[in-house]
Amino acid sequence: MRICVLVKEVPDAAVRKRLDPVSGRLDRSGERTLNPFDTHAIEAAVQIRESGALPVEEIVAVTMGPASAVRALHKAVSLGADRSLHLCDEALAGSDAPATGYALARALECERPDLVLLGQQSDDGECYALAAIVADHLRMPSLTQVVKLDVLDGRLRCERQAEYGYDTVEVELPAVIGVADALNEPRYPSLKAIMGARRQPLERLTVAQLGIEADRVGAAGAAARWRASKQPARRPAGTIFEDRDTDATVERIVAWLEERRLI
Amino acid sequence: MPDVLVYALHHEGAFNRNSLGALSEAARLAGELGGEAHALVYGDGADAALCATLGRYGAVKVHRVAGPEGLAQPVVDAMAHVMRDHAFACALFGGGLLGFEIGAGLAARLRAGVAMEVIGVSVKDGRLVAERTILGDTQISEVEFASEVGIVIARLNAFEPVESGHAAAPVEQVVVEPSLFSTRARMLRRGEQRGADVAIEGAEVLVAGGRGLGRPEGFELCEELARAFGPGSAVAATRAVVDAGWYPYAAQIGQTGKTVAPKLYLAAGVSGQVQHRVGMLASENIVAINKDAGAPIFDFADLGVVGDLNKILPKLAAAIRARRGGR
Repeated sequence: MRICVLVKEVPDAAVRKRLDPVSGRLDRSGERTLNPFDTHAIEAAVQIRESGALPVEEIVAVTMGPASAVRALHKAVSLGADRSLHLCDEALAGSDAPATGYALARALECERPDLVLLGQQSDDGECYALAAIVADHLRMPSLTQVVKLDVLDGRLRCERQAEYGYDTVEVELPAVIGVADALNEPRYPSLKAIMGARRQPLERLTVAQLGIEADRVGAAGAAARWRASKQPARRPAGTIFEDRDTDATVERIVAWLEERRLI
Repeated sequence: MPDVLVYALHHEGAFNRNSLGALSEAARLAGELGGEAHALVYGDGADAALCATLGRYGAVKVHRVAGPEGLAQPVVDAMAHVMRDHAFACALFGGGLLGFEIGAGLAARLRAGVAMEVIGVSVKDGRLVAERTILGDTQISEVEFASEVGIVIARLNAFEPVESGHAAAPVEQVVVEPSLFSTRARMLRRGEQRGADVAIEGAEVLVAGGRGLGRPEGFELCEELARAFGPGSAVAATRAVVDAGWYPYAAQIGQTGKTVAPKLYLAAGVSGQVQHRVGMLASENIVAINKDAGAPIFDFADLGVVGDLNKILPKLAAAIRARRGGR
């Protein structure tokens, strides 16, 4: 049985993000890291293997992104993936969520996964659409924001919070599951695992190799197109200060509240 | 093809407020496009009489499809079916988890463009334009569609329900054969309420706790502070800590929780992720205490303190008690 985990390299949360004023695309330069939400997906795969609930022979990390994205794959391998796939092609630059999901689905098809796991959202795009898109292309059942994942009689028993409370859903394999960060506490990789990650197999894939229709990906293939940017009406900037002397801090908060008749 | 299709979510015999808001907006948008707003209702829990009431919010026609409720993929099948038989310019979803899943799946199925976290829709130069907030609400991107149909997923509470006074809408029962894979997920239990049934929606002062509390016992500090403010105050929570079992689901604010607008919203250890923000942005005054100076909540707090809430909250509670007692 094979589990594929979709991972993504994102700008470090501490980096101030901005929009490229010409293309309207997110400027994703600067310090980069593995999407923190994806570490929960890798941990989930590792826990399923360790528990023996499913006979997992292989955990494969899969990403789509520029050359630098290999670092996200190395991190994924250090956290427990056995090998990785890097979908890397100039033609993919600027792909929107539907195009990204389409391309990733083509890459996943070659692996014939029994389970596809991914983080509930990426840290940079505030987008939680990918699982549903990938699942529709792969024609697999899907559920996202899963906070509890068990295996019962070869099927998944998933719990998640939706609009009206917690839902319990049984999902047959193969399936695409988006995991919430509450699902588990990802472990820290050992130094040995970090050092060894670069030596694990990493396959680079192109659009041509996967038979991806070039006009469905990249900036030109995006069906939703950025038109213009504008500034929202914003609340006036707040007062932010650091607590150096807690008594003084509390006095300041109380004065602020009293001024607004909130006490 | 200037018509707009809205997914109307329902549970226990009532339509979701965000779906009604989306339908009202769809009726307005359809007017601009020169078309009609239609609604799609999935599941047996909404009978034909209930479906017909969507006419009040501007639905000219309701497509009713039988099937299991609470899962996204069967609804994708249903919407794709209806949209094959009748051309629509736009499929519109109110904010919420199911809307996100259905909208994204539908975009893949129809090869359509999708815009998420949308706060406004309009017609410019004859084209559908969606406005989405990005970068922690610091900018709005205008998005247009190259595909025949544009999938628009609204931000939670972006659109208010408006009763435009129309009569009952005609309801057409549509039979849809689900995809095989859509039948491979089954709802075993829906809408389970975890934890005590606490009321937060009417509170004037809300003290919200997040993961930054560090441990479940951190909520005792929040409760002590809420008590100090006196009657009309309550404690709320983020999804992360509710999922972790630290606090009841009924106290949760955000995308899959409650929407609140208190006079004072005091966030303790709350990072301010978008899913939380959409549920409390209408609060009159926002105070945040968090040790992480880079937390997004400081971008929209009126007063923010970077510091250790374990030190600040007890002293703040004592100071407020003293002021109130001194009255």
